[in-house]
Amino acid sequence: MTSQPSAPEKLWLSGNEALALGAHEASVKVASGYPGTPSTEILENVVNYSEIYTEWAPNEKVGLEVAIGASFAGVRALATMKHVGLNVAADPLFTASYTGVRGGLVIVVADDPSMYSSQNEQDSRNYAYAAKLPMLEPADPGEAKDFLKIAYHLSEEYDTPVLLRSCTRVSHVKGIVTSGQVESSALTPGIELLPAKLVMLPANARNRRVEVEKRQQRLRELAETSELNRIEPGDNKIGFIAAGTSYLYVKEAFPEATVLKLGLVYPLPEQLIRDFAARVEKLYVVEDLDPFLETRIKAMGIACIGKEVIPAIGELTPSVVRRAITGQAPADLFEPVELPPRPPNMCPGCPHRGLFYNLNRLKVFVSGDIGCYTLGFLPPLSAMDACVCMGASVGMAHGMDKALGEEAQGKVVAVIGDSTFLHTGLNGLINSVYNKGCSTIIILDNRITGMTGQQPNPASGTTINYDPSPTIDFPELCRAVGVKHVRTVNPHEIEATYQVLKEEIARPEVSVVITRFPCVLTVDEKKRPKKPFHSVTENCTGCTMCLRLGCPAINWQPLTPEEAKAMGKKEKQKGYALINEDMCIGCGQCYELCKFEAISKEEVSR
Amino acid sequence: MNQGNIHFVGVGGQGILLASEMTAYALINAGFDLKKSEVHGMAQRGGSVEAHLRFDQTRVYSPLIEPGTVDFQLAFETMEAARYLPYLNRNSKVIVNTQRIMPPSVATGKATYPDNCLDALTRQGIAVIPVDAYAIAKELGNIKAANVVLVGALSTFLPLPAEAFHEVIATRLPARIQEVNLQAFKAGRAAIEKD
Repeated sequence: MTSQPSAPEKLWLSGNEALALGAHEASVKVASGYPGTPSTEILENVVNYSEIYTEWAPNEKVGLEVAIGASFAGVRALATMKHVGLNVAADPLFTASYTGVRGGLVIVVADDPSMYSSQNEQDSRNYAYAAKLPMLEPADPGEAKDFLKIAYHLSEEYDTPVLLRSCTRVSHVKGIVTSGQVESSALTPGIELLPAKLVMLPANARNRRVEVEKRQQRLRELAETSELNRIEPGDNKIGFIAAGTSYLYVKEAFPEATVLKLGLVYPLPEQLIRDFAARVEKLYVVEDLDPFLETRIKAMGIACIGKEVIPAIGELTPSVVRRAITGQAPADLFEPVELPPRPPNMCPGCPHRGLFYNLNRLKVFVSGDIGCYTLGFLPPLSAMDACVCMGASVGMAHGMDKALGEEAQGKVVAVIGDSTFLHTGLNGLINSVYNKGCSTIIILDNRITGMTGQQPNPASGTTINYDPSPTIDFPELCRAVGVKHVRTVNPHEIEATYQVLKEEIARPEVSVVITRFPCVLTVDEKKRPKKPFHSVTENCTGCTMCLRLGCPAINWQPLTPEEAKAMGKKEKQKGYALINEDMCIGCGQCYELCKFEAISKEEVSR
Repeated sequence: MNQGNIHFVGVGGQGILLASEMTAYALINAGFDLKKSEVHGMAQRGGSVEAHLRFDQTRVYSPLIEPGTVDFQLAFETMEAARYLPYLNRNSKVIVNTQRIMPPSVATGKATYPDNCLDALTRQGIAVIPVDAYAIAKELGNIKAANVVLVGALSTFLPLPAEAFHEVIATRLPARIQEVNLQAFKAGRAAIEKD
């Protein structure tokens, strides 16, 4: 660990990289979390600081519990997650508010306004209120680092976990960040027996409940004077109260206005807000998502304008803020042109593609889950019928079975990724077995947490820093919880997989099918030499079987009757399929589907 | 030029983020303040991808470029250049890779790739500068360097010497790909300068 003073350095960092640097400068000792966009890269960067023990937990609840334990041992600890992950971690969060901390404990939660990669748009500030915890909200990468360090000071000084709210436009924004000194906790790590503080049985919890209220009062006093909350003087005709990125958009859209920037968004500085409101003629509250500040400011009896004009749906931008306040449409923008959309797609060679092709063929209701495979919803695979939250697919399928009885038999399957199964799917499986369900659960085991960028999980055989670690054996695990029928298939083998699925779906008791093949983006798979297949155009009849996979490496080439004739094909043939050999990795799914030998494995000279 | 907004647009997997990083480092070396915003997540490949890069001699607040205020658009794919038309204005310069990547609806024969998608830009009087980056990179022996060919083309319009980018290639890229990327960068510059 570098504790000697070093000269400040100007660095170009993302918000998540800056948070990792902040953890280093705050001398964090233990960091845990579960990957989730836009929070994922925090731990991916923390792991580069060798003095911090870093791990991926199977879910956010476990991640937070690990951090709580580290804090109880007297070291600074960090838990990271996305907004929906905080729902999973909510149980320990609310009670950690009562125990307080020993070493500083910070929970970084990253929201995703506009749902660039999330299933809902919830506002994590509500958790600060509900759990009675202070929350800081930085506006950019530089503040993200500074605020994280401040959060550790607050945590130890006020005996509280501290929430730090990021969002997509902080976590995934890059800016210039100045490095600072490494500071450490004043605490001595070690075991200390503090049952009245740390054992939350009712008698103790009732006492701690009182402490929480006292802490709230102290934090409210802090909020009045903290440098986190500052007034930036300007034209007093319009005053803005804003926090986080909303502050940046206000400064961009109204550079002359006077602004109260809140860095501590809960609890609020009531007197400061009153004073600010008194000095401006018209007061606006600008915030992403919920009217969190606005509701509280109005409850103080202060007149302000907020969600009457500022959208509550989707992320704000400078243009949205300007338009909301002035009512003026942006001048002379060009109209968008109509183009075919370009949705994300499973990669060429993705093992999930063959499975979803089969599920589409089987015409079953697919209870889906969160991961790359949620894209199985999109055409042409079109084989996902529901998706709610991580781990829910297994329980939802069971619920449908129970609701419909015989009628559902053979018509409902659950799909769930390896990481998601270990996140919260396993409990659903135990429930299905215990309650004598008849679901077919398909575990899409690609050995990695694919969607968030190939983070290892307990099924991968490595830890976050690629040290070898024990690998979960899914068939054994499923048998251990009482599943009698467990089968493992290679999803690239389409027909063989189809037969297994058909048999298991027909079975009137719980069964698990594991589709096992590594994600094409894992380190090992990327190193594997690619042997692309190629098209034998003269054999292609234009039957479009291969196109039903929706593989990005296969393109349809339309033909006019004249062109078809010139190629020696039937006039009515509308086109032919052509493999893009730069993209194909030779998974063989299309080869298996082609009945006309129009796809060849033979290597071509290129 | 004291400030500017550069919009990088294209298809996931084309090296857009690396290209925007190289440009950012060159601007940092020249003393600008800057912010960059990118959207990723939700599957790895094949979706529409964009990065906003804003630079200013003094201070950049918002990481987002406002519609109608793009100075330079670097489009890695032809149709993607047209997708962000409301971000452009009549003074915008659009450097477009002539490569075409079929979106799923086109690849499966359900839709057709628009032949004239750049007409909407030229009709408005926007300067469209085509670069066949894919062919240039293929000639250099590494199709993955197409992104740096485009950075080379973009660099001719920025208030920076080519050397600022040479330094970025020499200090920020892995040694084994420095040479091909230096050649790609120079080829991209040459593609603009010969016109």
